[in-house]
Amino acid sequence: MSLETPAAPAASLPVLETEQDILTRAKRASSRRKRNTWLLRLALVVVWLGSWELTATYWIDPFFYSKPSRIWQRLVEWVTSGTDFGSLWYQLWVTVEEALVGFAIGAVAGVIFGVILGRSQYLADVLAPFIKAANAVPRIVLASLFVIWFGLGLASKVATVVVLVFFVVFFNAFTGAREVDRNLIDNARILGAGRMQVIKAIVLPSATSWILSSLHTAFGFALIGAVVGEYAGSKAGIGFLISNAQGTFDSAGIYAAMIIITVVALLAEWGIGNLENRLLRWRPSMSTSSQTVI
Amino acid sequence: MVPPLIELTGATKRFPSGSGSVHTAVRDLTMTVQPGEFVAVVGPTGCGKSTTLSLVSGLQPPSAGRVRVNGADVKSIPDGVGYMFQTDAVMPWRSVLDNVASGPRFRGVPKAEARAQAVDWIARVGLAGFEKYYPHQLSGGMRKRVALAQTLVTKPKILLMDEPFSALDVQTRALMQDELLRLWSGSGAAVIFVTHDLDEAIALSDKVVVLTTSPATVKDVFEIPLERPRKVEDLRLTEDFRKLYADIWESLRSEVDKAREKGANRVA
Repeated sequence: MSLETPAAPAASLPVLETEQDILTRAKRASSRRKRNTWLLRLALVVVWLGSWELTATYWIDPFFYSKPSRIWQRLVEWVTSGTDFGSLWYQLWVTVEEALVGFAIGAVAGVIFGVILGRSQYLADVLAPFIKAANAVPRIVLASLFVIWFGLGLASKVATVVVLVFFVVFFNAFTGAREVDRNLIDNARILGAGRMQVIKAIVLPSATSWILSSLHTAFGFALIGAVVGEYAGSKAGIGFLISNAQGTFDSAGIYAAMIIITVVALLAEWGIGNLENRLLRWRPSMSTSSQTVI
Repeated sequence: MVPPLIELTGATKRFPSGSGSVHTAVRDLTMTVQPGEFVAVVGPTGCGKSTTLSLVSGLQPPSAGRVRVNGADVKSIPDGVGYMFQTDAVMPWRSVLDNVASGPRFRGVPKAEARAQAVDWIARVGLAGFEKYYPHQLSGGMRKRVALAQTLVTKPKILLMDEPFSALDVQTRALMQDELLRLWSGSGAAVIFVTHDLDEAIALSDKVVVLTTSPATVKDVFEIPLERPRKVEDLRLTEDFRKLYADIWESLRSEVDKAREKGANRVA
């Protein structure tokens, strides 16, 4: 048995990688990973749409199930020559306007009520059963009632959107206002803050991350509310297009409207994500992954 | 004789405890603090040291006895009180500058002036150049400096400190103790410094108050006749310091033992 030879002095040992090597390798690995991710995504879309197109062309009836090429045609037709009821942009604007107005009203009301009830244990206890009951009501059904109350125009859709958005934002604002660090409030009081200053300087910023994360979900609900509201009764809007497409057995039209709504939701999602990053700059580097659109 | 700035007379604080009984945190506590005096309060863990501070700060009313600041009964937060909490209480969503400026802003000082005061105090606590940073970008010691500046910018006559340095590592803690002494020496503020660290208590204060195990009441009061200005780390090695330490520890030890026994019973 031979003993291991003692290690050679450090100077004569080979340098296997320099700092430069390590950096270039890390960079290359990350760009390769990014590219592969996108390629794989593209492949998934191609397989999905391709198989749909093939099945709809050879086996199943595209009258009921439609197929990607027809949906694309319908989209192009809507964009270039407009829908049967006027320009696509007008229809889109009607829906987006309803969603935005309702979203704004619902979100502001949700924040205000959430913060008030979050700060007042007594009020929260008193109102708890009513809020739970109101939340348990299938509120989407109210869309039909609102059409009777407020007519076929903007108001009935806004009302539907408000009742959907309000509760999502309300519950998050409520939790956020309730979870405020006791120490921070005491500290602010010692520093001389009055009741309103505590709300403004401590409670609202502290609840902001809760509120903002609810806005992602809430905007999804706002679009649903607008579309369902239009579906229940209207003279224009994407929901109206869908309802009309259903009436004329135009499945491609339903898909096309769905795609348009999806694009709007994704854009809004991106906007809210940006707002979130701006308002929450103070947070330690956060991931931008928590995204939920319904 | 100057009248005492802070005066607790037979102060008692009881809380409803979760299980339907009443927990007494502080019982019959009598102590006084003179203007400009640095008083350290030591006692076993969980004995009610922090409760004492919240009585003086007016965040909680006493259940019995009297708490007076400046000769008047404490009903709400008295003027000129600063409070440094054990955990971070700086606002994570405000920059260092805005955090330090918030005290004056809450008190209605115009924005520009509040910021000027804040910049001055940020420099005094050694954070010049960090005005735009957010708390999460700073180390634990630096956040304590922010908290210190945030409190001192309001020019408190009474500074209540609740184990403010307990979460720091040993070297940072010694550094912060020196900084505190440096900043305090010019201010003329009275300090009540709560700690469970006897070293810290002796090194900083003029008077060490030893509390009994829960419910807390004053067991002994020791004068600390060490000269100022002090250098905390050098001080620890002197003969006088060790002698004081031995005396006070003698008093504190039996309370710590009692607290431990109680804790052991609770676990068992």
